[in-house]
Amino acid sequence: MNNLFKGTVIKNQALTEGIYLISLKIPQSIDAKPGQFFMLRLNERLDPFLGRPFSIFDLQGDRISFLYRVRGKGTKILSNLYESEEIQITGPFGKWYPFPKDDYTVIAGGIGLASVFFLMKKFPQRAYLFYGTREKREILFYDELRKITKSIFISTECGSIEYRGIVTDVFKEKGLDLNLPIYACGPIGMIKELRNLLKNKKALSCYVAVEERMACGFGVCLGCVIETNNGFKRVCTEGPVFRIDELKL
Amino acid sequence: MKPKCQVKIGQLILKNPVLTASGTFGYGVEYSSFLDLNLLGGIVTKGISLNPKEGNPPPRIYETPCGMINSIGLQNIGFDVFVKEKLPILKRFDTKIVVNFFGENLDEYIELAGKLDGTEGVHAIEMNVSCPNKKSEWRKMGLKPELLREAIKEVRKVTKKTLIIKLSPQIADTEEMAKICEEEGADAISLINTIPAMVIDIKKRKSIIGNPIGGLSGPAIRAVAVRMVWEAAKAVKIPIIGVGGITNAEDALQFLIAGATAVAIGTANFINPLCSIEVINGIERFLIEEGIEDIYDLIGTIKQ
Repeated sequence: MNNLFKGTVIKNQALTEGIYLISLKIPQSIDAKPGQFFMLRLNERLDPFLGRPFSIFDLQGDRISFLYRVRGKGTKILSNLYESEEIQITGPFGKWYPFPKDDYTVIAGGIGLASVFFLMKKFPQRAYLFYGTREKREILFYDELRKITKSIFISTECGSIEYRGIVTDVFKEKGLDLNLPIYACGPIGMIKELRNLLKNKKALSCYVAVEERMACGFGVCLGCVIETNNGFKRVCTEGPVFRIDELKL
Repeated sequence: MKPKCQVKIGQLILKNPVLTASGTFGYGVEYSSFLDLNLLGGIVTKGISLNPKEGNPPPRIYETPCGMINSIGLQNIGFDVFVKEKLPILKRFDTKIVVNFFGENLDEYIELAGKLDGTEGVHAIEMNVSCPNKKSEWRKMGLKPELLREAIKEVRKVTKKTLIIKLSPQIADTEEMAKICEEEGADAISLINTIPAMVIDIKKRKSIIGNPIGGLSGPAIRAVAVRMVWEAAKAVKIPIIGVGGITNAEDALQFLIAGATAVAIGTANFINPLCSIEVINGIERFLIEEGIEDIYDLIGTIKQ
């Protein structure tokens, strides 16, 4: 059941430069699954006109939070919302990550953590997490992640923490031979690299969450399609979670 | 007392003057989890063609000030799948179903109009006269008076159903084109379609939308639409359906006062799935406040 409701800002804070966590109270408890998303829209405003899609970062009863990077006009205005301000929410939308049956691997690149945190929280102590960012300050929720994962590998491009380099390199070295199902979210370069690494691992399932500009979020505008091996697919409805081998990257 | 909101478009009796615009409401059912489709005056479906169409490669949409540009490329499931899978669901609702349609050339328009004419559950057809095929001479049928005339004449021959012509905002003379629609037997005119538009990525020096142009919609185009509805309504007696940037009842009322018999909610459905219902309620409230008993006492009452 799709839903349209108001959310009230409980907290909207910068975690590091340009990255925010917004927590909202919603009218009733809602059931949504890791990988799904909501559209957030600033009330009564015609500019920015469209809502913005955000993966569920965390959801507990009637409290929902979203992790986001300020990138344009919409997220800039979102970052200026104060406590008790209201926002229009529609959702949850989209396909979720198929539930892991046993141990699993998670690969998060930068703000891609926003999509996989909830998965690791719902299926705790079973994830081998590979989490990479450009700089150390962008590593978020380190303590929580240690608690909810089985094993954690952190990398930064500047090398000021555990591993130096890109997250897929660390995964190649430490994770590829685990042969566990993979859940990934991150920049397109990371997804492409991951697909290359998995070329000879056809039996491994790898699910990635992708993003695209969208107007409605529920399959009507047809604006958010991406190219797959079976033609154009809507990120909002057939996605945002796809099998990596479906995507034409 | 509850004001009378019923309006007539060709043979169609709409319980209220609010439709949903083509391309913004899918095939209707996508919205049934948000609202009661039975409350709508009518649903104008996503445009269909004879054969399925995959549409344009991404990126397909981009936000603009108070609006958006789209270049979906008329992606649709095609006539057969529409009739088999979507129409049976739509038939269950107590609202009027208007099927928007288009072809790659005039023959396709005629063939599809004929098929729709024989399809039970389709109450009216809306002809998109912006032909997508860049090679066909008919791509300009909506802009060239002589082509528009011939196209409507031929389509009119194959259908007895209510025929609505959806005009482009690019027409040079609204009055002339509206009169052609009326003279050739169209039952109604809807306007406006999206306005061709472009956004450029200054670093790449490239259009952001694939095609490289798209159609601008949303409140950004509303004032243009109101003006064109006003021009068309003055020129012809057949009813006008006003479309373009309506987000609330006040917006819709402008169109009615300008001379539209009905309105269609478009892009606003994306940002507020309940918009059409809010407009229906808001129009009724306005009529009560103004002491108007019948919506026809409001339509076209713009003063000089």
